[in-house]
Amino acid sequence: MEHIRTPKVEQVKLLDRFNNKSVTGTLHLTATHLIFVESNSASAQEIWILHHHIASVEKLSLTTSGCPLLIQCRNFRVVHFVIPRERDCHDIYSSLLRLLRPVSYDELYAFSYNPKQNDQQREEGWQLIDLAAEFERMGVPCDQWQMTDVNREYKVCKTYPRDLYVPITASKPIIVGSSKFRSKGRFPVLTYFYQEKKAAVCRCSQPLSGFSARCLEDEHMLQAISKANHNSRYIYVMDTRPKLNALANRAAGKGYENEDNYSNIRFQFVGIENIHVMRGSLQKLLEVVGTRSLSMPDYLVGLENSGWLRHIKAIMDAAIFLAKAVTVEGASVLVHCSDGWDRTAQVCALGSLLMDPNYRTIKGFMVLIEKDWISFGHKFADRCDQLYTEPKEVSPIFTQFLECVWQLTEQFPQAFEFSEWFLIQIHEHIHSCQFGNFLGNSQRQREDLQLKERTYSLWAHLLSEKQLYLNPLYSPSFAESHPVLEPSTQAYHFKFWRNMYHQYDRSMHPRQSILKQVLTLKESNRELEATVQALKTKLQKFGVSTSPLKPKTPPTERSLPPRPQSLILGAPLLSRKEVQQDEDEEVFGEEALEDPPASTGGERTVEGSSATENGYGDLPGSFGPKNEPTVVTLEFGVARMTC
Amino acid sequence: MEECLNIASSIEALSALESVTEMYPFFYRPSHLTLHGPWGLSSTEKYYKQTERLWDRWRVSTVNSDYSVCPSYPHAVIVPREVDDEKLVQSARFRQGGRFPVLSYCHHRNGMVIMRSSQPLTGANRKRCKEDELLLQAVIDGSLLGYIIDLRSTQQAQQARMTGGGFESKSCYSHWKRIHRHHERGKVLQESLIKLVEACSDPSHSVDRWLSKLENSKWLSHVHSALSTAGLVVECVERDGHSVLVHGSEGTDSTLLVSSLAQLILDPASRTLTGFLGLLERDWIQAGHPFQQRCAHSAYSHARLKQECPSFLLLLDCVWQVWRQFPLALEFSEALLLRLAQEVYASNYGTFLCNNEQERCAAGVKENTHCLFQSLLSPDIEEQYLNPLYEPTDLAIWPSVHPQSLQLWTGLFLRWTEYAQNMEEAREEVWSIVKEHRERAGPDRTNNTPSTHCDTLTPFENLMDELTIL
Repeated sequence: MEHIRTPKVEQVKLLDRFNNKSVTGTLHLTATHLIFVESNSASAQEIWILHHHIASVEKLSLTTSGCPLLIQCRNFRVVHFVIPRERDCHDIYSSLLRLLRPVSYDELYAFSYNPKQNDQQREEGWQLIDLAAEFERMGVPCDQWQMTDVNREYKVCKTYPRDLYVPITASKPIIVGSSKFRSKGRFPVLTYFYQEKKAAVCRCSQPLSGFSARCLEDEHMLQAISKANHNSRYIYVMDTRPKLNALANRAAGKGYENEDNYSNIRFQFVGIENIHVMRGSLQKLLEVVGTRSLSMPDYLVGLENSGWLRHIKAIMDAAIFLAKAVTVEGASVLVHCSDGWDRTAQVCALGSLLMDPNYRTIKGFMVLIEKDWISFGHKFADRCDQLYTEPKEVSPIFTQFLECVWQLTEQFPQAFEFSEWFLIQIHEHIHSCQFGNFLGNSQRQREDLQLKERTYSLWAHLLSEKQLYLNPLYSPSFAESHPVLEPSTQAYHFKFWRNMYHQYDRSMHPRQSILKQVLTLKESNRELEATVQALKTKLQKFGVSTSPLKPKTPPTERSLPPRPQSLILGAPLLSRKEVQQDEDEEVFGEEALEDPPASTGGERTVEGSSATENGYGDLPGSFGPKNEPTVVTLEFGVARMTC
Repeated sequence: MEECLNIASSIEALSALESVTEMYPFFYRPSHLTLHGPWGLSSTEKYYKQTERLWDRWRVSTVNSDYSVCPSYPHAVIVPREVDDEKLVQSARFRQGGRFPVLSYCHHRNGMVIMRSSQPLTGANRKRCKEDELLLQAVIDGSLLGYIIDLRSTQQAQQARMTGGGFESKSCYSHWKRIHRHHERGKVLQESLIKLVEACSDPSHSVDRWLSKLENSKWLSHVHSALSTAGLVVECVERDGHSVLVHGSEGTDSTLLVSSLAQLILDPASRTLTGFLGLLERDWIQAGHPFQQRCAHSAYSHARLKQECPSFLLLLDCVWQVWRQFPLALEFSEALLLRLAQEVYASNYGTFLCNNEQERCAAGVKENTHCLFQSLLSPDIEEQYLNPLYEPTDLAIWPSVHPQSLQLWTGLFLRWTEYAQNMEEAREEVWSIVKEHRERAGPDRTNNTPSTHCDTLTPFENLMDELTIL
């Protein structure tokens, strides 16, 4: 609190990013949030921004109406305030600068966040995901694979989890020897087991081969992986880097496997660019789509020049290669990049998702993230800039993974139990630092921080509001008929993810949502069904025979003319009230500030659609004050505060 | 080899028939249809009769009953009550192709209208036409201002004067404010479509190449400008309460595009299946969009025909974009748009034959072919074109025109790709959920939802109240 000099500024203007609208309200600065409350009590929108979500604060040059403050967030929200007095602006600015980059873990929101659960509930939350059970589900340990305790004390590899699965024939000396030959000690271990063909997906980091070095233990290790699979005589080694990068690494004593030294490997580069390229690409993308009155050609050219979709496709291509090798050829695959925690995680996770319908459910997707990202040491703290880190370490690697999954949900509307809002919500929380799951860079660090004792699990929170993230079109029978997804990688299937990158720019959203509507219908179906059941039992009580009241006819086969476009669109099915229900209600009379239920009452256009918002170009002589419909904020998952 | 060539030349000849009466619709005789059923959905007279708000200030004029005043207009048009037929004839002489200003839509909320016409023939020496000025004056009748949306850039409009065309100058039409919005037409649009189809049909493109080809085709830019201008028209009519006259140069392409899109955005009645088909009939078929010239060969033709132009396809694409953003507001589904996109180029039905009503009469289209719209509305077919999630709303549906909000219409341009299958299944799933709901909830409940929806969204009066308070 000592950093906050001005906790409250009145008469602050909030400018819309894409048109000339603005609203006036009060800005509050608290220990964890920046809060803007619109003063017009009829619409009273509120914006809550968690300090951890702020990526940058910028003071722009003074204007006649005040001092502009531009805040860019990691969840792609951009807010533009104009503060009447320069001193206030400066106070807010300097407080935020201090608050947005905590220097120690203890300052993170997760350590003060308290959702009013007791210890037992918290523990249960942490026990929801059990990786040992997950490996058991895959059929491991088995006659060819076992768990090793070589990393019990994190001695062999600091960034790996404790429990690791290796071929039975890989003895401890082989493991240790192999780990010494791999960058950061990340030796080959199992991450996914395709039971049907006994084929394994393994991951590691690059070998320290330099120009000619070799390591017998490492060669044995790969041999052991190969031997563990009787279906195929060879294994694939996928180096997810572009060949040039791998070659350059040789000069630094690293590099890639020499096919001559390893028997029966098939080596393959897949060419995903490194974290720096990805960071630059996203930056370009955001610049383009953040432009005011963007023209169609500029948008498309900008989209192309950013290269973002090209990178997304590269990741998807790699994952498809992996899935094909495993499911069609029945071969085991070893995936690595440089350190084996960025591109490797993307490809392994996405590949598993393609192969295993279980990962396409809500719970399964959590397991997948927990396994391939959290436990195997994707450096969330660095990549998401949770604490002050080297700017060079920050990169949207996990965001790309989520986007790849979204692209799949667009191609396979029935394959996923969750909708895009689930993905967006997870993305929200890798930066929010509200829950313990994504804090830190490795399992070991998380244990040191005692996260399980001191923080709460995101997964429990998400499961408690599962209703909001369901995909109403999900059909388990689709999973049965399509156990392995075979997405098309033709360029036109890769689309710009508007709801992610413009989540907070309401004027861009579709005004009505199919998703929401169908969910409501489905929910109502369920309720009606329940009523019917209840009535039936009642009837039975009275001894009336219950012939079905209405014979349930199966939906008749319709000969529908083909091809609707994606059905997954629209705003989240989430009223802010729902968010608040399980959150704290304190904070300066929040009840009073809440949107009155009639906030849509005065609207004369459908769900916020209006002419000025769309900027058709204002009429030269248009009359009168523009009456704008109230905008209902999309406070989606922005953490509520408890002081 | 010779046989092959023979077949090729026969196909070529057969696919480019000159005479309308030799075309397939004249021979299409399905057993379940008889030729003597009703043809078309409505006529100008019927439309007038049904639209009570017109009776006061507007009348049906049959000045064009022998198609001599304007060959491309229908026999009857709606014009201001106080303008007599003689004035109309004068005004028609002053407009290109005789397309004098006629009513296209009258807004149900404030009585403001959308008119359409072709450009005035002012020429280089700024000719005037008293009757034309009076006609437009009668349109706004007492109110202070009307807007003319000229679908050419200012420069183009200036240049048009050199070839005898022109625009309504401020000094002669003092109560009208002109706004220029540039729209591509004719050849440019056709090239754009060809480029787009080309880009879509090559699956080997990298993402970068695809995006650059998509950009290069400019198709989405055309969608963007059509929707923006339609939005502008709606802004004038609905928000500012002024009447609008839309015209380009000939008034048979972008003019119709903009005026019909504006109606879709404004008018809940045109968002039903019947209403939409009625709109197409009124604003495209009867209004004389030269379908035969514009939609002869689509994108793959070797013979680059001068008159070919996908204006109608562009309309369908724009409607699709509106549906994407308001998936509950339209009663019809994407399937209808796809069917129309197909029928307009190759059809069993006579609906899209010929260029205007005069030609259709001459060829005996009504007597000798079947009507597409009638067949689409027959009970057993209609159902497959309905939107399961339809919830009528009384309000204007302004689409967002940010480039990020517009998308390629994959349903049309990528209709032959494999993933269409998945979409199809998903669509069926929606239907089955909706059906289940209807079955369980019964008709009462399903009917209730839309009405509550409308109640909360209040009409124009509320806005006026708020304005006075301010």
